[in-house]
Amino acid sequence: MRSVTAFLAATRGRGRRDWTDWLAYAHLFVGLVLMFGPVVWLVLSSFKTPAALTEFPPQLLPYGQAQASVRGYDRPLPLYRAKLPDGSVRTLAEARRIGLVATMIDPQSPQEEFKVNVRDRERLRELHFAGGNYTEIFGKFDFGRYLWNSVFITVVATLITLLFNAMAAFALAKYRFTGRDAVFLLIVSTLMIPPTIILVPNFLVISGLGLLNSLWGVIWPAVATPTGVFLLRQYMLTIPDELIDAARMDHASEWRIFWRIVLPLSAPALAVLAIFSVMWRWNDFLWPLIVLSRSENFTLQLALNAFQGELTTQWNYLLAMTVITLLPVTAVFALLQKHITTGIAAAGVK
Amino acid sequence: MASLRLEHVVKRFADATVIHDVDLDVADGEFVVFVGPSGCGKSTLLRMISGLESVTEGRVCIDGKRVNDVSAAQRGLAMVFQSYALYPHMSVRQNLAFGLENLRTPAVEIDARIQAAAKMLHLDTLLHRRPAELSGGQRQRVAIGRAIVREPTIFLFDEPLSNLDAELRVAMRAEIMALHERLGTTMIYVTHDQVEAMTMADRIVVLRAGRVEQIGTPLDLYNRPRNRFVAGFIGSPQMNFLSVRVASVQAGAARIAIDNLSGAMSPPIAVGSNVPADAPVAAGIRPEHVRLDRRDAESIEVTVTIDRLEQLGALSFLYCTLANGEPLTVQATGQVTHQAGETISVQLPTASMHLFETSEAARSLTLADRAVAG
Repeated sequence: MRSVTAFLAATRGRGRRDWTDWLAYAHLFVGLVLMFGPVVWLVLSSFKTPAALTEFPPQLLPYGQAQASVRGYDRPLPLYRAKLPDGSVRTLAEARRIGLVATMIDPQSPQEEFKVNVRDRERLRELHFAGGNYTEIFGKFDFGRYLWNSVFITVVATLITLLFNAMAAFALAKYRFTGRDAVFLLIVSTLMIPPTIILVPNFLVISGLGLLNSLWGVIWPAVATPTGVFLLRQYMLTIPDELIDAARMDHASEWRIFWRIVLPLSAPALAVLAIFSVMWRWNDFLWPLIVLSRSENFTLQLALNAFQGELTTQWNYLLAMTVITLLPVTAVFALLQKHITTGIAAAGVK
Repeated sequence: MASLRLEHVVKRFADATVIHDVDLDVADGEFVVFVGPSGCGKSTLLRMISGLESVTEGRVCIDGKRVNDVSAAQRGLAMVFQSYALYPHMSVRQNLAFGLENLRTPAVEIDARIQAAAKMLHLDTLLHRRPAELSGGQRQRVAIGRAIVREPTIFLFDEPLSNLDAELRVAMRAEIMALHERLGTTMIYVTHDQVEAMTMADRIVVLRAGRVEQIGTPLDLYNRPRNRFVAGFIGSPQMNFLSVRVASVQAGAARIAIDNLSGAMSPPIAVGSNVPADAPVAAGIRPEHVRLDRRDAESIEVTVTIDRLEQLGALSFLYCTLANGEPLTVQATGQVTHQAGETISVQLPTASMHLFETSEAARSLTLADRAVAG
């Protein structure tokens, strides 16, 4: 706790706060609101009922109508703050309403009835988290299916990406062969080609291979990334050659050197690439949209999109789905963020 | 256990030749040290023997069989690297076991060998640690242990002690020599430290710029250096070289006069054949052979000025200058009463003097059957 306070109160120099400290904190605060505000709003809104969502002016927190169960009535009655003719203000439940006049009762003593003009009362609201948004989507749509598709594509594509890119990077970093630098330059230079340009050729290839409408059609084009090869190669250059020589003297095959020596030592860079790959695949929209046209193959992102396209949008479910979509990436990032910083620093990129 | 033979071995990188035509025979069980200044190709030569570096020309034979095209893994050698090259993500035990696992040695056997090696190298209590948790000396021992468990036919050491501090280096030197004695395996050891070479080797190979300058026992190199480079490289402090002129040659004995220095001609110095009269040569004399005592018939007497004095108690070093400006280092046993700035006479015994050509090769002129210098 003390370290948190110390962290939050850190200053540029020792002792007093400089004006630059204020400036820095102001800047950070604006950044925090800008970055984190929409996410907070999204998460809070995902717990709102449809009524609360359409309310104007909008509320930050998910408020709902406060209710109380009263003896003699089957259903819970809505609660109001009502101003009585004698001028006192009391919390009353509405028994029934005719026109502009409502008959209200005290939940504690239901015998007594008050006639209150609807203009003299105010809704009593309380925090109400509509967890139903989350539980209902699993039954309402094929949400589990979309989630599984997304998870399958992300996990499998990431594993294959790591393996393929690490093998390419190992060869480019640790073997001497003619044309090595040319091959490396070629790979890195593909970074300059915008993905939209290769969309059509990619589609033709995937269609020719009969992979349309298959999850593998999303996975295969994504596994070879120049960024990954570059990142891993730069990192593997820092592994001393003597280690590999030592392994060779230790009778290890090249595959074994890769598997037992190089891969474990590249773990920080692999973690970075894993995070990138998870984020790319999870958030990927355009390519799956092109390849996957049958709804049972939809990823979460596609499902979100399709869901919004219907005549009426059920915002409460859409927001809940969006939050669930955000969770895996957030979790991966939170767990591996230490690796990201050290890995990116070590790989010497960005 | 194996012998090693290099025949006309050449190594070229692109258009640079780093090893020129090296011939070498290493007998089974011998301890051979490659020594030379940095960049002389000694490590490259070792890597060629190990199989990590290809051989451009010539033959590398182990036990008489040509192994040029045999991969490093298949040659059955083990190497200890300068940086130790321990696998940082494995414990000491895993480091030791890695090579044996690759050979599919049964687990029981691996265990037994690790236990034996760990005991021999006092690593028993460190087996679970990672290399990062070990001191320099311990890492070195693990690196040696990794070589031992493989039971190689030849051990290769690539400057294994250069990262250790002086005290530890002396201790590890003794350990490696004890290891050689116990295992009796052929060992090839690369170093740039001539003291290491002198103390450890059965035979020393002196290399310079990819060429073998001389091969011989340590004392052989000390007493009978074949050229000026070997003479200067072996021995510490370095041998003194004076520019001299051959005044006369008679019956295999030359008399010399030191350049730009008035004084009588030297007593005769035994030389090999074909020393031209009146030729400029370099006279080499080791600091420990220069004497401070009275003149005798077998010495050249020169007057020197002491510039600097180092008294180590048992030894004293006098850094002097001759009247002609050439430096002369003198090593005296015990302590001296002289002061810096003083002018004294020192004796250069001709029996310990070497003469070298002034040509590029700087061959020794005094080599023929030279007796052990006193």
